[in-house]
Amino acid sequence: MNQKLNTMLACSELSFSYDIKKTFNFPSFSCEKGETLLILGNSGTGKTTLLHLLALLLRPKGGSIRINESELATLTAKEASEMRANHLGIIYQKPHFVNSLNVLDNLLLANYLAHQKQSKEQARKLAQNLGISELLDKKTSMLSGGEQQRVSIARALMNNPDVILADEPTSNLDDENCEKVIQLLENQSKNIGAALVIVTHDQRLKDNFKNIITL
Amino acid sequence: MLFKISWKNILDKKLNSFLCILLMTLGIAMISLLMLLGKQLQDKFAKNISGIDLVVGAKGSPLQLILSSVYQIDNPTGNVYLDDVAAIAQNPLVKEMIPLSMGDNYQGFRIVGTNKKYFEHFKTKIASGKMFKGNLEVILGASTAQNTNLKVGDTFASSHGLDSEGEKHAENNYKVVGILEYNNSVVDNLILTSLNSVWNIHEHQEEGEEHHEEAAADSTIKREITSAIIKFRSPMGMMTMPRNINQNSKLQAAVPAIEVNRLFELLGIGIEGMQFLAAVIMLISGISVFVSLYNSLKERKYEMALMLSMGASRTRLFLMLLLEGIILSLLGFIAGIALSRMGIYLISNALSKKFHFDVSQFSLQTGEIYLFGGALLVGILAAAIPSIGIYRINISKTLATE
Repeated sequence: MNQKLNTMLACSELSFSYDIKKTFNFPSFSCEKGETLLILGNSGTGKTTLLHLLALLLRPKGGSIRINESELATLTAKEASEMRANHLGIIYQKPHFVNSLNVLDNLLLANYLAHQKQSKEQARKLAQNLGISELLDKKTSMLSGGEQQRVSIARALMNNPDVILADEPTSNLDDENCEKVIQLLENQSKNIGAALVIVTHDQRLKDNFKNIITL
Repeated sequence: MLFKISWKNILDKKLNSFLCILLMTLGIAMISLLMLLGKQLQDKFAKNISGIDLVVGAKGSPLQLILSSVYQIDNPTGNVYLDDVAAIAQNPLVKEMIPLSMGDNYQGFRIVGTNKKYFEHFKTKIASGKMFKGNLEVILGASTAQNTNLKVGDTFASSHGLDSEGEKHAENNYKVVGILEYNNSVVDNLILTSLNSVWNIHEHQEEGEEHHEEAAADSTIKREITSAIIKFRSPMGMMTMPRNINQNSKLQAAVPAIEVNRLFELLGIGIEGMQFLAAVIMLISGISVFVSLYNSLKERKYEMALMLSMGASRTRLFLMLLLEGIILSLLGFIAGIALSRMGIYLISNALSKKFHFDVSQFSLQTGEIYLFGGALLVGILAAAIPSIGIYRINISKTLATE
């Protein structure tokens, strides 16, 4: 397989430190189009730090991040923000929304903030795929945990990102919902040909994936 | 979309928003109401004194003399002899002397005896009927006619004094011969007649009571009037005459401009005090916007970090929060202006019955445009101070810790 054509995300020798005493050094890895990479690690191993590095929310001390062959580690804050909005879909551990807006507007917000056309069709289509069509007019605070997690998946997919990053997407969910959410995540990212990176300590997911990195 | 978020946030916190808007509304309404009332009173007062250089009447309070003779709202200081006033009018500096004689009323509307010059002074026009000529004929001001329902040809008995409860002059009825057009001056609320009519009414009364004791014997009884309006030919009159009259005669001379200024200085203290209070209310409204936004920003820190991570710039979010403050103060302003108009409407309804002052003007005043700026400034400042926090949010840390 021609690796160059299909590699969506590639990281090498990323390192980061919050202070002088402790420096995180991360292993190099890559992830291809439509593939899923599971990064397992216990608390304190820098899972969230790594995800924030990939999400360009933090600037690495060293190493490189490449998405679609472009180097991201050296972007300015503004460029990083644009890159993140348009090419990355992020699902945070605890689903958070703009509380005053309903589900549909929360989805459209992703378009709006990325300076893209607000596409109601896209939102409806995603909602249908994720089984949340009936929830579009509801306030996000009215939803259950599993529903909220699905809405945040839909939001991450609104701008057809190249890479989807999920931070502990299943830690607050029961087994049934956990299974569902992972299925949906995988299917949706395959649909749009994005690379999916899941960072978690949830051992339940170990059996679902073949690409696993342990921190 | 930003507007939508701001708006939804305001709706989301109904009680908070309501409090902010309510305080702003009260502050704006109070200030605007005071401005409107002050301006209209001043207009009204200024309009009625225009052209009147001096008022001559019995000794007493000069302000009272002006209020009774020019504005017809206070009691007269007493009566003076027409001859004395006429002597003053002989002075070459005097251009015109308009005698006024009052003392009776009909349903609270004053009956004022005067001459044609009074009508010329106020440039009145007759709406129906004709000018009074004969004895006991009267012409009504527009508001008087409207409020008393008197028509041309009607007759009525006047009451003695200036209160409607006064004793009735039952034996002599006045006859309405004309009604004036609306003049937007003090004339609107008067019943005007000739000096002779006023004298006659009271002579008859005296004759009836005193059984002709001296009336017949004295054919040269001195005619009395209440006061007289004087216009000068040149400003020179103003310089010398008031002092001369006050020092060298039994009469009192009062300059309307001076007395009205004095009155407004007195009123001004009250108005300023109220406006200060209103400004404090506006300030409190600003503080409540501030507290409300400050609290909600603490709650919404994650929300803000989230939107930042989704590509919003800090400035954009800052503007969004500003917009909330602006919307709140704007709504407060609109509600406040509406409330003050309602207040003016009610007050003018109450006033036109009691004090015969019609204050109705609903257009936006220039002062209110400044008020608009002030309200906006309060909203922006109150929102800006807590919103600066947006620039200090550490996205990664906020997203990771919650």
